[in-house]
Amino acid sequence: MTTNKFYNAIFAAGITFILACLMIGVKLDTEGTTLAVKGATTEQWMWIFGGIGVVFLSQLFSSQIDSLFGKMPKPKLGALLPEEKKMATLKPWLLAALITVMLIWPFMVSRGSVDLATLTLIYIMLGLGLNIVVGLAGLLDLGFVAFYAVGAYTYALLSEYFGMSFWACLPISAGLAALFGFLLGFPVLRLRGDYLAIVTLGFGEIIRILLNNWTAVTGGPNGISGIAKPTLFGLEFTRRAKEEGAETFHQYFDLSYSSSYKVIFLYLIAVLLVIFVVYLINRLMRMPIGRAWEALREDEIACRSLGLNRTAIKLSAFTIGASTAGFAGAFFAARQGFISPESFIFIESAIILAIVVLGGMGSQVGVILAAIVMTILPELAREFSEYRMLLFGLLMVLMMRWRPEGLVPMKRPHLELKQQ
Amino acid sequence: MSQLLLDVNGLTMRFGGLVAVNGVNLKVKNRQIVSIIGPNGAGKTTVFNCLSGFYIPTEGSVMLKNEQIAGLKDFQISRKGLVRTFQHVRLFQKMTVIENMLVAQHRHLNTNLLSGLFKTPNYRRLERDAMDKAMHWLKEVDLLEFANREAGNLAYGQQRRLEIARCMVTQPELLLLDEPAAGLNPNETKQLDELIIKLRDEHEISVLLIEHDMSLVMGISDHIYVIAQGTPLADGTPDEVKNNPDVIKAYLGEE
Repeated sequence: MTTNKFYNAIFAAGITFILACLMIGVKLDTEGTTLAVKGATTEQWMWIFGGIGVVFLSQLFSSQIDSLFGKMPKPKLGALLPEEKKMATLKPWLLAALITVMLIWPFMVSRGSVDLATLTLIYIMLGLGLNIVVGLAGLLDLGFVAFYAVGAYTYALLSEYFGMSFWACLPISAGLAALFGFLLGFPVLRLRGDYLAIVTLGFGEIIRILLNNWTAVTGGPNGISGIAKPTLFGLEFTRRAKEEGAETFHQYFDLSYSSSYKVIFLYLIAVLLVIFVVYLINRLMRMPIGRAWEALREDEIACRSLGLNRTAIKLSAFTIGASTAGFAGAFFAARQGFISPESFIFIESAIILAIVVLGGMGSQVGVILAAIVMTILPELAREFSEYRMLLFGLLMVLMMRWRPEGLVPMKRPHLELKQQ
Repeated sequence: MSQLLLDVNGLTMRFGGLVAVNGVNLKVKNRQIVSIIGPNGAGKTTVFNCLSGFYIPTEGSVMLKNEQIAGLKDFQISRKGLVRTFQHVRLFQKMTVIENMLVAQHRHLNTNLLSGLFKTPNYRRLERDAMDKAMHWLKEVDLLEFANREAGNLAYGQQRRLEIARCMVTQPELLLLDEPAAGLNPNETKQLDELIIKLRDEHEISVLLIEHDMSLVMGISDHIYVIAQGTPLADGTPDEVKNNPDVIKAYLGEE
C-alpha cells in the first residue's frame, strides 16, 4: 500500500518534470537569423522543481489531504438562499434590481469594463443558445461557432453591399443562422453522440474555410471592415454624421462628443438582447416543446413510442439554438466593426461548450455565471497570458473534481400539480 | 359481432440469415384481451417491434382498422392508435410524474411557438385539458398523490402503472403491453390484472399482451397465441391452449 503510493508519487513527479521541461524549461529564441534553444533561468528552474515537489508530496499524502478536505465544512449554497416559497415572491424584485443595476452600472465605471461586459454578454448569448442544443436536447454540437459566423457575416455583408441597418439585419441574421441550423440538422440528426459531434465539428470548419476562400464576396482572410455601428432611431454615435444634414447622437441631445456613449449604447443593446434571449428560453422550457426536448434527452425510444416526431423536435432545438447564435453574431459584427474568419475558429466552439459544461448542462443561471467567469478570468489573468491554456485546463480539472455537475447544476422548472 | 381491430398476416422478420419471426398471424377484435406467449427467445418482442414500427417487417401485412401500417414510422403508428410499453420500464426518469403524462400528450397540445410565447387562449385551454386528462388517468392507476414526484423515484410497481397511464393519455385503441407483470409482487400483479380488465371493459380498448405469468395470462385473456422459435405453434382460448400437446411439449420438453 505505502510502496504503491510511493511509486505513484514518483510517477506523477516524473510526468510533471517531463511536461514542465518541455513547456517551461526550454525556449526557442531568435538569435540574429537563426533559432536557438535556450534553457530557463535559474529562478524558473527553482519554480519548476518546487512544483514537482508539491506534486510529489500531494500524491504521497493524498489520502491525508483528502480526509482534511473532507473535514472542512462544505459551503452550502442552498442555505444562503431563502426557502423556496419566499424565493418565489422575492424573485421579481431581485430580477428588477438586477436589471436596474445592469442598466445604471455602465455610467459609473470605465470604458474598458463596459466593453468587457459587452463581450461577456455576447458569450452569455452564445452559451444560452448552445445550452438549448447540448443541455436541454442533449445533442453534442462542436461546430456551434458556424452559426455565430453566419450571423456575423450576414450583417456584415448586408450592411456592406446593401447598406442595411443593424436593426433590420438582426432578425435576418437570426433567421439565416436558423436556416443553416435547419439545413445542417436535417441530414445529421439521425446521428447520435460522438458521430453527431464529429459532423458538427466538420460543419463548423466548412463554414470557416468557405469564408476564408470565397474572397470575392467575404474578403477572405482580410475579412470585412468598416461595418456600420447600430444607430438609435437613426442617430449615429460618430463624431460627425456620415450624410450631409443628418445629426449625430451628441448633436441631437446637445452633448459634447464622447466615444464612451457608443460603448455604453452597445452594452445596453447587448443587455436587451440577453434579456430577450433569457426570457425566450425560459418560456420555451415551460412549453410543450421544452418538455419534449428533455424527454427526448431522457429516453428517445419512449418518445418515439408515444408519437413524438424526434426529427422535428431535434430540428427545432437545433434551429432555435442556431438563431440565438445568429443574434450574437450580428451583434458581434456590429460591435467589432471588423470581422474575419479568424474570429470563428474551433477554439471558440470549444469555449462556448466549456461555458455550458462549466455552468451545468441545461442550467441558465449556471451558464450565465460560467460565461462571466470564462470571459473575465482571462482578462484578470493578463500577466499569465502565456499560460492561459494551462490555467484553463487547471480550472477544468478542479471543476470536474469538485463540481462535476457544473457551477449551478440544473434545477428543472418542475411543473407542479396544484392539489384541489 | 365485434369488429376486427388488428389483422396481421404472414408477419416475417429476418435479420440477415436469421429468421426471428416466421409467418405469424394475429387477430385482435375490439374490446379483447389477446396474449402472446412462448418460451424465451421465441420472438414475441420482435413481433411487438414490428407492429409498433420499431422494425419494418420483411414480409407480411399489418392492418389496423383495415389500414396497412407495416412500413410506417413508429411515431406515425402510435398516432394511429397503437401504443406500446416496454419490457424494461422506459420513463422520463428526471421528469415528474405529471410531466411524463404531459409529454405523452405532446401532439394534442398547441405546439406553435408563438402561441406558447404569448399564451394564447387556445394554448391555455389545451394545456389545461391535458392537465385534466393527466390527472384523470393518474387517478385511474392510483398515482395521483405522487403527481409531483420524480418518475425515477417511484417504486417499481408504480413505475409500471405510470407507464400504462402514460400510454393511455395518448388515447390508443390498441395497447401493447410487453411483460407488464415482470418484477411485480403477487399483490401488484393482481392490481395489474384488474387494471387490464378495466381498460377493456370501461375504456373499451383492446390489449395485446406478452406475458410469462401464466396465471395472469390464463385468467384474463380472451384469446392466446403461442409462438415458439419465431413460428406460430397454436392459438385458441385459454383452455384450448392449456391442453394443446404441442404447447406442453414446447414449454416442458418431450418425455
